[in-house]
Amino acid sequence: MLYFILRRIGMVIPTFIGVSLFAFALIHLIPGDPVTVMGGERGMTATERAELEAMLGLDKPIWVQYFQYIGNVLQGDLGTSYVSREPVMSEFLTLFPATIELTVCAAIFASVVGLTLGILAAVRRGGLLDHTVMTISLTGYSMPIFWWGLLLMLLFSVNLGWTPVSGRMDVIYWIDEVTGFMLIDTLLSDEEGAFTAAVQHLILPSIVLGTIPMAVIARMTRSSMLEVLGEDYIRTARAKGLSKRRIIVKHALRNALIPVITVMGLQVGLLLSGAILTETIFAWPGIGKWLVESISRRDYPVVQGGLLLIATIIILVNLLVDLMYGVVNPRVRHSK
Amino acid sequence: MTQQLSAKPMSPLAEFWFYFSQNRGALAGLAFVVFIVLLAVFANFIAPHHPHEQFRDAILVPPVWAEGGMSQYWLGTDGVGRDILSRLIHGARLSLLIGLLIVTLSLIMGICLGLIAGYFGGFVDTAIMRFADILLSMPALLLAIAIVAILGPSIVNSSLALSLVYLPHYVRLTRASVLSEINKDYVVSSRVAGAGSLRLMFITILPNCLAPLIVQATLGFSNAILDMAALGFLGLGAQPPLPEWGSMLATAREFIQSAWWVVTFPGLIILLTVLAFNLMGDGLRDALDPKLKQ
Repeated sequence: MLYFILRRIGMVIPTFIGVSLFAFALIHLIPGDPVTVMGGERGMTATERAELEAMLGLDKPIWVQYFQYIGNVLQGDLGTSYVSREPVMSEFLTLFPATIELTVCAAIFASVVGLTLGILAAVRRGGLLDHTVMTISLTGYSMPIFWWGLLLMLLFSVNLGWTPVSGRMDVIYWIDEVTGFMLIDTLLSDEEGAFTAAVQHLILPSIVLGTIPMAVIARMTRSSMLEVLGEDYIRTARAKGLSKRRIIVKHALRNALIPVITVMGLQVGLLLSGAILTETIFAWPGIGKWLVESISRRDYPVVQGGLLLIATIIILVNLLVDLMYGVVNPRVRHSK
Repeated sequence: MTQQLSAKPMSPLAEFWFYFSQNRGALAGLAFVVFIVLLAVFANFIAPHHPHEQFRDAILVPPVWAEGGMSQYWLGTDGVGRDILSRLIHGARLSLLIGLLIVTLSLIMGICLGLIAGYFGGFVDTAIMRFADILLSMPALLLAIAIVAILGPSIVNSSLALSLVYLPHYVRLTRASVLSEINKDYVVSSRVAGAGSLRLMFITILPNCLAPLIVQATLGFSNAILDMAALGFLGLGAQPPLPEWGSMLATAREFIQSAWWVVTFPGLIILLTVLAFNLMGDGLRDALDPKLKQ
C-alpha cells in the first residue's frame, strides 16, 4: 500500500514540473519585454535598464530564474498584480471560496441527478424512461453551457422573475465575511432572508455548471448498472427471493458505483474549467472570472499565478481520487 | 426451406454501412452534418444577405413569425441590424473550417508523435508520453485559454491552441494501436523483407491503426466546435465582426432582457451541430469496433 502511494505521488512530480515550466514560460513568451513596458513611454537609459533588470533578477541565466521562481512559488509568493497591486496569492484566496461554493453545489447537483437518472434508466432498460434519460444525457453532453446559462437566465430570471440575474448576493444585505462561503456566512449573520437570497443566487449557476458532469455520470451509471445487473450474484439474489429494491440498492449499486466514482473524480477538472464560463455568464466573483478578466487586461502575473494554482488543484484532486480508488479496489493497487 | 446466402462476403465498406445504418441516431447525425456542410459550402448563394451588412432601419427586428417580424429577415436582426440567419449560415462555414483545421493539425501531429513513440520505444517513448500526460492533466479549455493568453486573442491563435490541446488523445491512441500491431507477423515479415522504418511506420502499420483514429477525429470535431465557440464567447477566439457562433453569443448578452432571438439561435445551432457530430461519432465507433460485431 505504501509503495503504491509513494509511486503515485512520484508520478505527480514530473507533471508539476511541467506545469510550472509552462507557467514560467508564459511570462517569457508574451510579446513585448516587461522591462521596456515598465519603463513606460519615456524610456530609460542603459544604466537604469541594467539596474531594473538586476533588481528583477532578469540578468541571470534562465535556469537560475526558473529556480528562483519555483522557490518563490513554494513559499506562496506568486508575484503582484499589475492592476490592483495586490499579491496574486491573497487575491486568489479571497476569490477561491466563491468558486469552491459554486463547484461543490454543481457537483452535488450533477451526482444526485446523474445517479438517479442513470439507475432509473438501467432498471427500466429499453423503456420510455430509458430513452428519455439517454436523450437528456446526450443533449447535456453536447451542450454549450454558456448558451444554456443564458437560456435559463432568459426563462427564470427575465421572464419568470424567480431567480436573480447575476452575482452572488443582493446588495441590500451586508454580510460579514467570516469563512468566505456565502451559504455559511449568511447563516452566521443576523440578516433576515439573506440565506434564501444566497441560495437563489446559487441555483442557476450550479445547474449550468453541473449539466455536462450530470450527463456523463448518468451515462456511466446506466452502463455500469446494466453490466452489474447481468452478473450471476444478482441472479442468485433474485432467486433467494429478495425484493427488487433491495437487490438494486444493496447488491447492484455498490459494485456499480466503483467506475462511477472514478468518473466523478475526473469531472473536477471539467468543473473548474467550466467555472470560467459559468462565472463569466453570471458575474460570479470567483477565480474563473478573475482569470478571464486578467487575460483581457494583460495582467500577466495574475494569469501566470492563477493558471498554476488551478492546475495544481486539479493535479492534487486527481491524485486524491487515484489514491482513494486504490484503497477501494485492490486490483489497482497491485497493478504495475 | 433454403435461405439465400450470398457466397461472397460483404466488402468492408458495405459491411461498415450495414452496421452504421442500423443506428438511427447516427443516421440523423450524418444527415444534419451533411446539411450543415451544404450550408457552409453554398453559403454565398443560400444566405439572403451579406453577414456584415448593417440595415440601419431594421435594428433588433424579431423573427418573421413573431409580432413585428419582417419577411426579409427570417430569424430577425441583431443589435446593429445584421441578418441573423445570414450570419449563422456564414458562421457554419467558419466553424466547420476551423474544426477541420484543428482536427487535421492535431491528427497529423498526433499520428507522427504516436508512431514514433510506439515504433521506437525507449527514451523517445517516455519523453513523448510524459509530455502528453502533462498536457492531459490540465482541462482542455483552461490550457487553451493559457495558450491564447500567450499568443494573444485571435481566431488563428485559438485554433493553434486547441489543436495542441487535443494532441495527446491522438498520440495515445496511435501509440496504443502501434504497440498492438508491431509484433504481428505481417510487420515482422515486412521488416525481414527489408522495409525501412518509415515504410514500416506509415505504409505497413498505420493503415491498421486508423479505425479508432477516425472515431476520435469525428468526436474531436464536436469538441473543437464547442471549445472554439466557448473561446469566442469569452472574447478570446474570433473577433468581431466575424460571424462566429460563440462570439455572436457574446455580443448578444446585452440584449437578453429585450431580444430573445439574438441569444437563442446561435446557441441552438451550436448545440445541434455538436450533437450531430457526437451521434455520428458514436455510430462510427459501433460500426468500426470489431468487438461489438459478434
